[in-house]
Amino acid sequence: MSSLAATDDHVSPTPAQAAPGVQPKVIQPAWVRAMHWTNAVAMTLMIMSGWQIYNASPLFGFRFSHSITLGSWLGGALLWHFAAMWLLMLNGLAYLTTGLATGRFRRKLLPITPKAVASDVRAALTFRLAHDDLSTYNSVQKLLYAGIIVVGIVVVLSGLSIWKPVQLHWLVTLFGDYAIARYVHFVCMSLICLFLIVHVALSVLVPKSLRAMIIGR
Amino acid sequence: MGRLRSLLIPGVDKKLLVRDAAKAMPDLARRRFIAGGASLGALTLLTGCDVVDSDSAETLLKHISKYNDAVQAWLFDPDALAPTYPESMITKPFPFNAYYDLDDAPEVEAADWKLEVSGLVDNKKSWTLDELHALPQVKQVTRHICVEGWSAIGSWTGTPLRDFLKLIGADTRAKYVWFQCADKDGYTSPLDMRSALHPQTQMTFKFGDEILPRAYGFPMKIRVPTKLGFKNPKYVVSMEVTNDYKGGYWEDQGYNSFSGS
Repeated sequence: MSSLAATDDHVSPTPAQAAPGVQPKVIQPAWVRAMHWTNAVAMTLMIMSGWQIYNASPLFGFRFSHSITLGSWLGGALLWHFAAMWLLMLNGLAYLTTGLATGRFRRKLLPITPKAVASDVRAALTFRLAHDDLSTYNSVQKLLYAGIIVVGIVVVLSGLSIWKPVQLHWLVTLFGDYAIARYVHFVCMSLICLFLIVHVALSVLVPKSLRAMIIGR
Repeated sequence: MGRLRSLLIPGVDKKLLVRDAAKAMPDLARRRFIAGGASLGALTLLTGCDVVDSDSAETLLKHISKYNDAVQAWLFDPDALAPTYPESMITKPFPFNAYYDLDDAPEVEAADWKLEVSGLVDNKKSWTLDELHALPQVKQVTRHICVEGWSAIGSWTGTPLRDFLKLIGADTRAKYVWFQCADKDGYTSPLDMRSALHPQTQMTFKFGDEILPRAYGFPMKIRVPTKLGFKNPKYVVSMEVTNDYKGGYWEDQGYNSFSGS
């Protein structure tokens, strides 16, 4: 029973749902957790195979080390990339649909005001930003989580532009042209990697948030 | 939120669930992961990195690539034209690209060369370069997109392949036009019939208004601006109209066969 007790410790009920006898609230509902981890797998496959594809014709003066790429050569990497894209797109579409339909996005991510972001950034830099209630995001979290959803949408749209520059030429026009869409795709990948560094580091610093993403509370 | 959870795991006693959680947390996490709708495929991919290089992964990837062929054929609009550009945007110099160096590119003698035509066509006569040059030609300035990611704009002039197919009485209900080339270790590529009949698909004889130089595929290249570069064969020596999938140099090594853009 010790772990149950620990669960209760961590979920200090806020006045809103502090009725006695009510079991600990779910911070991350099952659909969020399932889609989060599916996305984690898909993103990892996409990024690692994407690096191998990048190496075939680098946009900048460097290549990714072979040890961190997937697919062993361009042909293999493309097979991975164009397989994992279905997992990424279908899961992402389901996530956006559910997030909008259940009102979770609105509830969790809005509003984001510059003033609140500035004050939370200040608090974070002076180590005074509280993480007591995992179910409520501070403004920096809101900004990052909303931002990464936008980046996720743009990385898919720019990827589709590169994949189908003729059939989806209207989409390519949105980015300028095929060559620019490649840079946009690369920049989005870089932003996702930067996000991941912060995201993973914080989940290690605040392990109960990782636990919530695994068991829900 | 509680309502949603009870919908996701119907018939599960929540008290028991919590007790289970205390007993075996990772197990529960796994079960609810499945309950949340994760695919079996995702789990297979999750379970171990050794899967990445195994035969089963390769088989799965090849299946998905075949499925992607079908998706792309479905997406393909026979009337959608590849964007065209002003001549001022032509990439100079236009890159040479092959699986060998330029020094190893085929040197075809125009006088000795003939285009062989075979398969499901009425007239199987072979064609000399002079005969082909006498056919009506059109020019296109389009973007060549390589499977590697780079792209370059070029100017290609030649006869629309669909006009030639009509001329030789090809059965355009056949599935493929299959090309063979003079490259040193051979080069073949299948082109699906709908792409072969696309208005911009061209038997190319000129690059930048000059007779096709050796680097760009003399004496004849097939320019398909709705396909990646490797599906634009150079140094073509024969074409066969066929219902059989005969494979191709890069296609056999794992590049997606449709590779439409």
